[in-house]
Amino acid sequence: MEQATGSGIRKYITAQPLRLALVVAAFLIYPFLVSDYFIDIAFFFGIYALLGLSLNIVLGEVGLFDFGHAGFYAIGAYTTAILNTKFGVPILVLLPLSALAAGLFAYIVCSPVIHLQGDYLLIVTLGLGEIIRLALINNPFDLTGGPNGVFGIDFPSIGPLVVDSSIEYYFLIWILVGLSIVGLLSLQHSRIGRAWNYIREDETAANASGIDSRKYKLLAFVLGAGLAGVAGNVYASKLMCVSPESFTFMESCLMFCIVLIGGMGSIPGVLIGAAFISLFPEIFRPFAMYRMLIFGLAMILMMMFRPGGAWPRKRGAVGLKSLLDDTGRSDA
Amino acid sequence: MQVILEQLINGLTIGSFYALIALGYTMVYGVLKLINFAHGDFFTFGSYLGYTVLVFGAAFLTAHFGLWGVLSVALLAAAISIAIVGVIVERLAYRPVYKAGRLPAVVSALGASIFIQNAIMVIWGPRFQAYPSELIPNAHLEIYGINISLLQVIILVMSFLLMGVLYFIVQKTTFGAAVRATAHDRKTAALMGININKVIFFVFTLGPALGAITGVMVGMYYRQISFTMGWNYGLKAFTASVLGGIGNIPGAMVGGLILGVLEMLGAAYISAAWKDVFVFIILILVLIFRPTGLLGEKTAEKV
Repeated sequence: MEQATGSGIRKYITAQPLRLALVVAAFLIYPFLVSDYFIDIAFFFGIYALLGLSLNIVLGEVGLFDFGHAGFYAIGAYTTAILNTKFGVPILVLLPLSALAAGLFAYIVCSPVIHLQGDYLLIVTLGLGEIIRLALINNPFDLTGGPNGVFGIDFPSIGPLVVDSSIEYYFLIWILVGLSIVGLLSLQHSRIGRAWNYIREDETAANASGIDSRKYKLLAFVLGAGLAGVAGNVYASKLMCVSPESFTFMESCLMFCIVLIGGMGSIPGVLIGAAFISLFPEIFRPFAMYRMLIFGLAMILMMMFRPGGAWPRKRGAVGLKSLLDDTGRSDA
Repeated sequence: MQVILEQLINGLTIGSFYALIALGYTMVYGVLKLINFAHGDFFTFGSYLGYTVLVFGAAFLTAHFGLWGVLSVALLAAAISIAIVGVIVERLAYRPVYKAGRLPAVVSALGASIFIQNAIMVIWGPRFQAYPSELIPNAHLEIYGINISLLQVIILVMSFLLMGVLYFIVQKTTFGAAVRATAHDRKTAALMGININKVIFFVFTLGPALGAITGVMVGMYYRQISFTMGWNYGLKAFTASVLGGIGNIPGAMVGGLILGVLEMLGAAYISAAWKDVFVFIILILVLIFRPTGLLGEKTAEKV
């Protein structure tokens, strides 16, 4: 591991060129080998990966219990849906706008409650998520379409290139996931990432050394919400409709599980967690009614045998170095 | 005035449901610092067991024990079975995990919740089930012009009785002092010779049993039960326990009753569709100004 203490993609590539190339190649070739059904499964794997990465900022990096993340996801999806169907704004223009809307919303609602500790923050974010969902159902100003939601959302397009098939959506979401991973890895390595981890380990000590913990916690919420907003944008255009039942408390719980099943703060862990959440119910589809029964059991067993997650982040490992640690062991 | 009082009674009825379920959350949280997400599903499971007794055993039991006999059997059967389920879940899903920290236990609890919920679906089917309708005579009492149904009276009396008994056990007996001491500081309590395992056993039998009894009462009150209802009631009850100050047993009772009354008044005077939003906004406001809940003590965060 010593050769990779520096930062930069190049270091990683030189350290593990074969493995990285294999993973990328597998992702590139996969959609050409399988049917649309399996491409769509991989698409939803990508959506959950993006959502997991976004919650991982708040929960994994800073250690804040956010049980209302589906609310931010909903804000992104509904921003896209409403602005597109009512005002005809193109989907790709709405991609950053949805992120901004979700981030701004997070800033406004989290500012007054960011001082709460642990489980009290958990219940407040849970309440916020529920308020958003209930508000969407109640159709304020006739914008959200009530329980039925909003229909007829466009495909994303740049000039003549229209993203309208499963395979194109697959590449869209995985390009976004890839960009987010690169961004988040360099963030882990930055001053901000170190401040976040310091707050997670010991907030009092962080404050004492001059870290404005309130500012950094809010920043985590805003960035996490923004990334969830991006996921909401892609989700809305892929399904062409959004409805409140996609953004329930259960969805927030699943995101929470993605981060914990993978390992707190670990980016490869998030991918494993997202794979578990999105692929497991598909693999066990033949078991029909017993499928979710097995799913619940698997969650308990995972935590029993790997309480630190499937690919835990090594203590102190940041940036690309954390990717190289594939021993799967954690001293935390 | 009469309308307000009637809404108050309705609110107290729902509030006592929330309070009884919240007790299960708050006791487990107090002792283990674990949010027992499966608790809402214990409640649903109890409701379905009560339904089975009332539907399939009603003819036989009524002939032998009369109406009150049937009800007692249904309540007791649900309470005892779910208490056993509670202990089993604690042994199999929580005990192996909570030494690893609090967060893995959260995932394990969510897994247990999904498991129980789907087990109920597999056993009783995914459709709504209806409680028998003519169980309790549809009588109404009129006190100073306020209309209260007999069922509501029974529910209120039973809930307050249960809460009273629990309050007595926890606040006045030696064992209750041990439970409170464990909730306050588990390590020190263990050093003082308190058998922590006994306390854990206590909270994982009594909490689920109270939840199951509430499940049967909810079934009788609303007549319709579904395998997913545990999420909603669990969420509200958990909110109630945080409102009162989580880990605090009288707090859960007060929080539940306040939540029920607020919900009913919100539905009557603001808007039925926005009543839950109203409840959550009150919760957030309370936590902004009293970050440890209404009855929660201010404790210094350990450094």
